[in-house]
Amino acid sequence: MTDSPLTRAAEATPPHLARRIKGLSDRAIAWIFVAPTIFLLLAINIFPLIWTIRLSFTNFRANRPNREVEWVGLRNYERILTDSDIWLNMQATAHFLFWTLFFQVLIGFTLAWLINKKFRGNDLWTTIIVLPMMLSPAVVGNFWTFLYQPQIGLFNYAIEFLTGTPASSFEMLGSVTLAPWAIVIVDTWMWTPFVMLICLAGLRSIPDYIYEAAEIDRASKWRQFWTITVPMVLPFLMLAVLFRGIENFKMFDLVVQLTGGGPGSITELASINLKREAFEKWRTGYSSAYAIILFVTVFGLASIYVKALNKVKER
Amino acid sequence: MTGFLKGLARLRRGPWEFLATCLIALGVVMLMQPFVLWAFTYSFIVTLIGTVMFIIVSHFPEGE
Repeated sequence: MTDSPLTRAAEATPPHLARRIKGLSDRAIAWIFVAPTIFLLLAINIFPLIWTIRLSFTNFRANRPNREVEWVGLRNYERILTDSDIWLNMQATAHFLFWTLFFQVLIGFTLAWLINKKFRGNDLWTTIIVLPMMLSPAVVGNFWTFLYQPQIGLFNYAIEFLTGTPASSFEMLGSVTLAPWAIVIVDTWMWTPFVMLICLAGLRSIPDYIYEAAEIDRASKWRQFWTITVPMVLPFLMLAVLFRGIENFKMFDLVVQLTGGGPGSITELASINLKREAFEKWRTGYSSAYAIILFVTVFGLASIYVKALNKVKER
Repeated sequence: MTGFLKGLARLRRGPWEFLATCLIALGVVMLMQPFVLWAFTYSFIVTLIGTVMFIIVSHFPEGE
């Protein structure tokens, strides 16, 4: 008998267990293996989702569990979708989402393209660039708060050095016009390396012979970039956008640490507002409806995105 | 255009998925646009219809 991993596994199985398994079909054994995962999925994902949908039609408050729960129908949804403050939160989320994705894709792809060129110290630069991604959002939020300080912050001095604007004349986190950009800058700084790594994987998966064939056909570098590099990296790039898009749609920790949603509520993203409704005002039914609205939006977007991704991969 | 309508009438996946995708995209734009409140109000129902439609039509047969 050969000493394969399969035979070793068979020999290691206790005899009483082996006797019991022998009577089972392959399908039954497969179900035994899959069942714990399905159970966990149902308990951790599906049940809370169904429970949240149910709560969204009630006026339940988690801080008053003994109070009688009233069925309010669609009233929670109606109140959320006619609330102009929540509308402003959605606009803040859209601003954050659009600009972070735009900058992260642009800078991430450029960095990946540069790192992919063979030069000395290539690996060292890759390590240095990916460092921000490895930090905790709480740490990043804290030290960027210091960097943005108008009196002692390095960021303001860098801007003064580059543009001549006095460092103490503007406050990134305290200004209504600058605060939304301040959180975009920090998220871009932190998560561009992630997009870069995914793009780098895409760039390294392109075989050299395709470029060599293009060279033989006398295709210019510009043409090679648009007809070889971009189409072949596109599925990877789309994957990065999907991950970052979903993550940024529910962005919470970094922004809370930086601005706490302020000044006023100019950087109060949907998830921050949702947390306030759920755990500060304790309007559980209302916040459940809010969460369902966000969930349907992300789910819808993710569905079309995955479809588009598959189409690009099929090409 | 005729092919698209024929696909819809024959319950083919492609055109129906396209329609569902447009509805989802429209719903998201309505949710996040800064211009009119009524669009925000009806955004959820548009996104929900699009998403449910997308799930259903993904099981339709492919067009020839």
